[in-house]
Formats: sequence, C-alpha cells, structure tokens
Amino acid sequence: MAGVIDGLSWILLSVGGMFVFIGGVGTLRLPNFYTRMHAASLTDSMATLLILPGIMLQAGWSLATIKLLAILVFLLLTGPTASYALANAALLSGMKPEESRQTVGDKTSAS
Amino acid sequence: MYYGVAFAIFVTMGLAMVRALLGPTVYDRVLAVNTFGTKTALLLAVIAFLYGRQDFLDLALAYALINFIGVLAVLRFFQNHQTDKTNTREE
Repeated sequence: MAGVIDGLSWILLSVGGMFVFIGGVGTLRLPNFYTRMHAASLTDSMATLLILPGIMLQAGWSLATIKLLAILVFLLLTGPTASYALANAALLSGMKPEESRQTVGDKTSAS
Repeated sequence: MYYGVAFAIFVTMGLAMVRALLGPTVYDRVLAVNTFGTKTALLLAVIAFLYGRQDFLDLALAYALINFIGVLAVLRFFQNHQTDKTNTREE
C-alpha cells in the first residue's frame, strides 16, 4: 500500500513538474500577450492541482495536509481571478487579441 | 523526486523572470510576476518537505495570498494611471 501511494505521488509530482516547465517555456516563447497568458494561467492551475496533491500523499494524515489543502484552495481561487483581472485590464487598455501573423504566414509563404 | 520538481520550478522562475525583463508591455511583466509568485508558493511547499521543515507551509500560504493582493493592486494602479493616455500599445 505504501508503495502504491509512493508511486502515485511520484507520478503526480513528475507530471506537475513537467506542466510547470511547459508553462515557463510558453510564457517565454509565445508570440503574443494573450497567448502567453493562456500558457501561464492554464499550466499554473494544472501544476497546482498536480504538485500539491502529490505532496499531500507523502504527508499522510497530519496538520501539513490541512495546510496544503488550504494552499491548494487559495491558489485555485486566486490564480484564475488574477488571470481574469489581468486580461480584463489589458483589454480595457486597448490591447486587441489578434492572430499571430508571422508564424502562419511564414509557413504558407515559404512552401 | 522533490529535487526534480524543485529544479523544474526554479527553471520556470528563471524563464518568467526573463519574460518580466523582456516583456514589451506592462501586462507581460505583471503576468510574469504573477507566475513567479505562484511558483514561489509551490516551491516553498516543495522545500518544506524536501528539508522536512513544515513551518515553510505557513510561508507558502502567506505568499499565495500576498501575491494575489499584490497583482490586483498593481493592475488597479496601472488602470488608473493609463486612462489619460490615448495609446498604450507598444509592439
């Protein structure tokens, strides 16, 4: 039973770390503000949902689990709210979401 | 296994910091700082179990809340700040 819980928490932690890394690469390399925010906010929520339960499985039933649950709830409440406020502020300031021209256009014009 | 997750979070914090320094608009920088703060809370939770010091979980909780309030305050500041300027786009 302990082995199963260890393996499950290992899988959760490694997949969560992968999501974190993908979010970082997307934040750095995507061409547009809205695409960057898409990458950052979605992977933030997913990595939180994977990493904190992975640690929770290691902690067992203790006070640490309750604290981790509180962190999870707060991050899940505040992350999408902050993303919404950020997108709303950017939209109100006149930044239009538009398709990226160079990636699509280069591929069709080069071939 | 904690080391791998901590390493991935560190790399992502570095990438977000690069985006915060590069970012063409102020919203890119706010986005990168928000990512950085969320990853700080996750990293503190991982470090609490990496070194077996469970006090760090309280710090992670405080960071999660302070990060949210900070991002909202910065956004409100820039929203009020930029209403008198006509063109805020820079690409």
